[in-house]
Amino acid sequence: MALEHFRIDDRLIHGQVVVGWGQPCGLGFVVLVDDAVVHSEWEQELYRMGVPPDMDLYFDSVESAARRLPDYRADRRPGMLLAGDIATMRALCASVPDITRVTIGGIHHKDGRSPRLRYVFLTPDEEASLRTLAAQGVEVVAQDVPGAPAIPLDEVLAGDGRG
Amino acid sequence: MTTNSAPRAIVAGHGSFAAGLVSAVEQITGLGDVYVPISNSQLTPAAIDAAIRDAIARSGATVVFTDLPAGSCTMIVRRLAKLEPGITIVTGVTLPTLLAFALGASVEEAVAKGHEALGQVEGPRGA
Repeated sequence: MALEHFRIDDRLIHGQVVVGWGQPCGLGFVVLVDDAVVHSEWEQELYRMGVPPDMDLYFDSVESAARRLPDYRADRRPGMLLAGDIATMRALCASVPDITRVTIGGIHHKDGRSPRLRYVFLTPDEEASLRTLAAQGVEVVAQDVPGAPAIPLDEVLAGDGRG
Repeated sequence: MTTNSAPRAIVAGHGSFAAGLVSAVEQITGLGDVYVPISNSQLTPAAIDAAIRDAIARSGATVVFTDLPAGSCTMIVRRLAKLEPGITIVTGVTLPTLLAFALGASVEEAVAKGHEALGQVEGPRGA
Protein backbone atom coordinates (compact mmCIF):
# COMPACT_ATOMS: atom_id res chain seq x y z
CA MET A 1 0.00 0.00 0.00
CA ALA A 2 1.88 3.03 -1.26
CA LEU A 3 -0.76 5.57 -0.33
CA GLU A 4 0.39 5.87 3.26
CA HIS A 5 -0.44 9.41 4.27
CA PHE A 6 -3.95 10.75 4.86
CA ARG A 7 -3.42 14.37 5.86
CA ILE A 8 -5.75 17.15 6.95
CA ASP A 9 -4.17 20.47 6.00
CA ASP A 10 -6.06 23.69 5.38
CA ARG A 11 -3.27 24.95 3.12
CA LEU A 12 -3.57 21.89 0.84
CA ILE A 13 -0.63 22.09 -1.60
CA HIS A 14 2.15 24.09 0.09
CA GLY A 15 5.78 23.96 1.15
CA GLN A 16 5.47 21.36 3.90
CA VAL A 17 3.65 18.97 1.58
CA VAL A 18 5.70 19.42 -1.58
CA VAL A 19 9.13 19.91 -0.01
CA GLY A 20 8.88 18.89 3.67
CA TRP A 21 7.20 15.55 2.96
CA GLY A 22 7.60 15.31 -0.79
CA GLN A 23 11.37 15.18 -0.93
CA PRO A 24 12.32 12.92 2.02
CA CYS A 25 9.41 10.54 1.40
CA GLY A 26 9.85 10.59 -2.36
CA LEU A 27 6.19 11.32 -2.93
CA GLY A 28 5.28 10.40 -6.48
CA PHE A 29 1.72 11.62 -6.27
CA VAL A 30 -0.70 13.65 -4.21
CA VAL A 31 -4.47 13.23 -4.20
CA LEU A 32 -6.24 16.49 -3.36
CA VAL A 33 -9.78 15.81 -2.14
CA ASP A 34 -11.97 18.89 -2.29
CA ASP A 35 -15.54 19.00 -3.56
CA ALA A 36 -15.06 22.57 -4.84
CA VAL A 37 -11.60 22.33 -6.40
CA VAL A 38 -12.59 19.22 -8.32
CA HIS A 39 -15.05 21.36 -10.30
CA SER A 40 -12.69 24.29 -10.91
CA GLU A 41 -10.21 23.98 -13.77
CA TRP A 42 -8.38 27.18 -12.90
CA GLU A 43 -8.00 26.25 -9.22
CA GLN A 44 -6.56 22.93 -10.34
CA GLU A 45 -4.14 24.74 -12.62
CA LEU A 46 -2.98 26.90 -9.71
CA TYR A 47 -2.25 23.84 -7.62
CA ARG A 48 -0.50 22.09 -10.52
CA MET A 49 1.88 25.04 -10.79
CA GLY A 50 2.96 24.34 -7.21
CA VAL A 51 4.14 20.77 -7.63
CA PRO A 52 7.37 19.61 -9.26
CA PRO A 53 7.21 17.90 -12.66
CA ASP A 54 7.96 14.48 -11.18
CA MET A 55 4.98 14.60 -8.81
CA ASP A 56 1.51 13.77 -10.12
CA LEU A 57 -1.42 15.66 -8.68
CA TYR A 58 -4.90 14.17 -8.83
CA PHE A 59 -8.14 15.94 -7.95
CA ASP A 60 -11.12 14.17 -6.46
CA SER A 61 -14.39 14.75 -4.70
CA VAL A 62 -15.01 12.67 -1.60
CA GLU A 63 -17.12 10.33 -3.70
CA SER A 64 -14.59 9.88 -6.50
CA ALA A 65 -11.68 9.55 -4.05
CA ALA A 66 -13.47 6.72 -2.27
CA ARG A 67 -14.11 5.03 -5.62
CA ARG A 68 -10.55 5.44 -6.87
CA LEU A 69 -8.75 4.66 -3.63
CA PRO A 70 -7.98 1.04 -4.64
CA ASP A 71 -6.17 2.37 -7.71
CA TYR A 72 -4.20 4.87 -5.66
CA ARG A 73 -3.28 2.15 -3.20
CA ALA A 74 -2.12 -0.09 -6.02
CA ASP A 75 0.24 2.64 -7.23
CA ARG A 76 3.77 1.62 -6.27
CA ARG A 77 4.91 5.18 -5.72
CA PRO A 78 4.63 6.74 -2.27
CA GLY A 79 1.56 8.96 -2.16
CA MET A 80 -0.32 11.38 0.06
CA LEU A 81 -4.03 12.13 0.20
CA LEU A 82 -4.88 15.67 1.29
CA ALA A 83 -8.11 17.09 2.65
CA GLY A 84 -8.50 20.72 3.64
CA ASP A 85 -10.75 20.15 6.63
CA ILE A 86 -11.88 17.59 9.16
CA ALA A 87 -15.35 17.22 7.65
CA THR A 88 -13.94 16.15 4.30
CA MET A 89 -11.63 13.56 5.86
CA ARG A 90 -14.44 12.25 8.06
CA ALA A 91 -16.69 11.86 5.03
CA LEU A 92 -13.95 9.95 3.24
CA CYS A 93 -13.33 7.70 6.25
CA ALA A 94 -17.06 6.99 6.42
CA SER A 95 -16.94 5.81 2.80
CA VAL A 96 -13.66 3.91 3.16
CA PRO A 97 -13.73 2.11 6.51
CA ASP A 98 -10.19 0.71 6.18
CA ILE A 99 -8.46 4.08 6.49
CA THR A 100 -6.66 3.41 9.74
CA ARG A 101 -4.64 6.55 10.38
CA VAL A 102 -5.21 10.24 9.75
CA THR A 103 -2.63 12.95 10.33
CA ILE A 104 -3.46 16.54 11.17
CA GLY A 105 -0.83 18.52 9.30
CA GLY A 106 -2.17 22.01 9.79
CA ILE A 107 -5.43 23.61 10.90
CA HIS A 108 -4.69 27.24 11.54
CA HIS A 109 -6.15 30.02 13.60
CA LYS A 110 -9.49 31.62 12.95
CA ASP A 111 -12.30 32.96 15.11
CA GLY A 112 -13.80 30.35 17.40
CA ARG A 113 -10.77 28.08 17.34
CA SER A 114 -8.51 27.52 20.35
CA PRO A 115 -4.81 26.75 20.06
CA ARG A 116 -3.86 23.10 20.66
CA LEU A 117 -0.48 22.97 18.95
CA ARG A 118 1.34 25.79 17.19
CA TYR A 119 -0.10 24.47 13.93
CA VAL A 120 -3.41 23.09 15.20
CA PHE A 121 -6.33 25.30 16.25
CA LEU A 122 -9.75 23.73 16.81
CA THR A 123 -13.33 24.70 17.57
CA PRO A 124 -15.22 22.58 20.11
CA ASP A 125 -17.18 21.04 17.24
CA GLU A 126 -13.97 20.15 15.42
CA GLU A 127 -12.58 18.55 18.57
CA ALA A 128 -15.75 16.49 18.95
CA SER A 129 -15.50 15.49 15.31
CA LEU A 130 -11.94 14.24 15.77
CA ARG A 131 -12.94 12.31 18.89
CA THR A 132 -15.72 10.66 16.90
CA LEU A 133 -13.28 9.72 14.17
CA ALA A 134 -10.98 8.17 16.77
CA ALA A 135 -13.87 6.34 18.42
CA GLN A 136 -14.60 4.78 15.03
CA GLY A 137 -11.19 3.17 15.08
CA VAL A 138 -9.10 5.67 13.15
CA GLU A 139 -5.80 6.59 14.76
CA VAL A 140 -5.66 10.39 14.71
CA VAL A 141 -2.31 12.09 15.21
CA ALA A 142 -0.83 15.51 14.57
CA GLN A 143 2.47 15.85 12.73
CA ASP A 144 3.44 18.80 10.58
CA VAL A 145 6.78 17.58 9.20
CA PRO A 146 8.40 14.14 8.94
CA GLY A 147 11.08 14.88 11.53
CA ALA A 148 8.56 15.86 14.20
CA PRO A 149 6.95 13.29 16.49
CA ALA A 150 3.42 12.13 15.70
CA ILE A 151 1.35 13.46 18.59
CA PRO A 152 -1.65 11.34 19.66
CA LEU A 153 -5.07 12.98 19.59
CA ASP A 154 -5.48 13.00 23.38
CA GLU A 155 -2.24 14.97 23.73
CA VAL A 156 -3.28 17.34 20.95
CA LEU A 157 -6.60 18.10 22.60
CA ALA A 158 -4.89 18.65 25.96
CA GLY A 159 -2.49 21.16 24.43
CA ASP A 160 -2.52 24.91 24.79
CA GLY A 161 -0.87 25.86 21.50
CA ARG A 162 2.69 25.95 22.75
CA GLY A 163 3.62 22.43 21.68
CA MET B 1 21.39 56.26 6.82
CA THR B 2 17.81 55.17 6.50
CA THR B 3 15.81 56.71 3.69
CA ASN B 4 12.05 56.99 3.70
CA SER B 5 10.94 54.98 0.70
CA ALA B 6 7.37 54.18 -0.20
CA PRO B 7 6.72 50.44 -0.30
CA ARG B 8 6.95 49.09 -3.83
CA ALA B 9 6.71 45.36 -3.21
CA ILE B 10 5.54 42.68 -0.81
CA VAL B 11 7.84 39.93 0.47
CA ALA B 12 5.91 36.91 1.75
CA GLY B 13 6.99 33.50 2.98
CA HIS B 14 7.46 31.00 5.76
CA GLY B 15 8.49 31.82 9.30
CA SER B 16 10.70 34.90 9.55
CA PHE B 17 11.91 34.60 5.96
CA ALA B 18 10.41 37.88 4.79
CA ALA B 19 11.26 39.92 7.88
CA GLY B 20 14.80 38.56 7.80
CA LEU B 21 15.40 39.44 4.18
CA VAL B 22 13.87 42.88 4.60
CA SER B 23 16.03 43.55 7.65
CA ALA B 24 19.07 42.57 5.58
CA VAL B 25 18.02 44.97 2.81
CA GLU B 26 17.66 47.69 5.43
CA GLN B 27 21.07 46.94 6.93
CA ILE B 28 22.82 46.96 3.57
CA THR B 29 21.04 49.79 1.76
CA GLY B 30 18.79 51.59 4.20
CA LEU B 31 15.94 50.79 1.82
CA GLY B 32 14.01 48.24 3.86
CA ASP B 33 10.92 50.44 3.59
CA VAL B 34 10.64 49.44 -0.05
CA TYR B 35 9.18 46.14 1.15
CA VAL B 36 6.24 45.02 3.24
CA PRO B 37 7.16 41.68 4.89
CA ILE B 38 4.45 39.08 5.52
CA SER B 39 4.76 35.74 7.33
CA ASN B 40 2.36 32.83 6.88
CA SER B 41 3.06 31.56 10.41
CA GLN B 42 -0.04 30.18 12.12
CA LEU B 43 -2.34 31.74 9.52
CA THR B 44 -5.14 30.04 7.64
CA PRO B 45 -5.14 30.46 3.86
CA ALA B 46 -7.95 33.01 4.30
CA ALA B 47 -5.87 35.00 6.77
CA ILE B 48 -2.80 34.93 4.50
CA ASP B 49 -5.00 36.08 1.63
CA ALA B 50 -6.35 38.93 3.76
CA ALA B 51 -2.88 39.98 4.89
CA ILE B 52 -1.55 40.09 1.34
CA ARG B 53 -4.62 41.89 -0.03
CA ASP B 54 -4.38 44.43 2.78
CA ALA B 55 -0.67 45.01 2.15
CA ILE B 56 -1.30 45.49 -1.56
CA ALA B 57 -4.19 47.87 -0.91
CA ARG B 58 -2.27 49.96 1.61
CA SER B 59 0.99 50.11 -0.32
CA GLY B 60 -0.17 50.09 -3.91
CA ALA B 61 2.54 47.50 -4.60
CA THR B 62 1.97 45.24 -7.57
CA VAL B 63 5.04 43.04 -7.14
CA VAL B 64 5.08 40.15 -4.68
CA PHE B 65 8.27 38.24 -3.91
CA THR B 66 7.78 34.81 -2.30
CA ASP B 67 9.99 31.97 -1.13
CA LEU B 68 8.85 28.61 -2.49
CA PRO B 69 7.05 27.98 -5.78
CA ALA B 70 4.68 25.72 -3.84
CA GLY B 71 4.49 27.84 -0.69
CA SER B 72 1.12 28.86 0.68
CA CYS B 73 1.88 32.54 0.07
CA THR B 74 2.76 31.80 -3.55
CA MET B 75 -0.39 29.77 -4.08
CA ILE B 76 -2.50 32.57 -2.67
CA VAL B 77 -0.79 35.30 -4.69
CA ARG B 78 -1.23 33.22 -7.84
CA ARG B 79 -4.94 33.06 -7.10
CA LEU B 80 -5.01 36.82 -6.50
CA ALA B 81 -3.14 37.47 -9.74
CA LYS B 82 -5.67 35.39 -11.60
CA LEU B 83 -8.50 37.52 -10.24
CA GLU B 84 -6.65 40.83 -10.40
CA PRO B 85 -4.29 40.95 -13.39
CA GLY B 86 -1.37 43.31 -12.95
CA ILE B 87 0.22 41.57 -10.01
CA THR B 88 3.71 40.21 -10.69
CA ILE B 89 4.93 37.22 -8.68
CA VAL B 90 8.57 36.26 -8.25
CA THR B 91 9.18 32.93 -6.49
CA GLY B 92 12.37 31.69 -4.89
CA VAL B 93 13.48 35.22 -4.07
CA THR B 94 16.93 35.85 -2.62
CA LEU B 95 18.67 38.78 -1.04
CA PRO B 96 20.55 39.85 -4.20
CA THR B 97 17.23 40.12 -6.05
CA LEU B 98 15.68 42.23 -3.30
CA LEU B 99 18.74 44.46 -3.11
CA ALA B 100 18.71 45.09 -6.84
CA PHE B 101 15.00 45.87 -6.88
CA ALA B 102 15.30 48.19 -3.89
CA LEU B 103 18.09 50.04 -5.66
CA GLY B 104 15.92 50.69 -8.69
CA ALA B 105 16.27 47.67 -10.94
CA SER B 106 13.21 46.41 -12.79
CA VAL B 107 11.75 43.08 -11.71
CA GLU B 108 13.42 41.37 -14.66
CA GLU B 109 16.79 42.95 -13.90
CA ALA B 110 16.50 42.09 -10.23
CA VAL B 111 15.69 38.46 -11.00
CA ALA B 112 18.73 38.33 -13.28
CA LYS B 113 20.88 39.66 -10.42
CA GLY B 114 19.57 36.87 -8.24
CA HIS B 115 20.44 34.26 -10.84
CA GLU B 116 23.92 35.72 -11.27
CA ALA B 117 24.59 35.53 -7.55
CA LEU B 118 23.51 31.95 -7.13
CA GLY B 119 25.76 28.91 -7.25
CA GLN B 120 29.20 30.47 -7.58
CA VAL B 121 31.07 27.94 -5.47
CA GLU B 122 34.84 27.67 -5.60
CA GLY B 123 36.47 24.27 -5.33
CA PRO B 124 39.20 23.55 -2.78
CA ARG B 125 42.55 25.10 -3.68
CA GLY B 126 45.17 22.73 -5.04
CA ALA B 127 42.61 20.05 -5.92
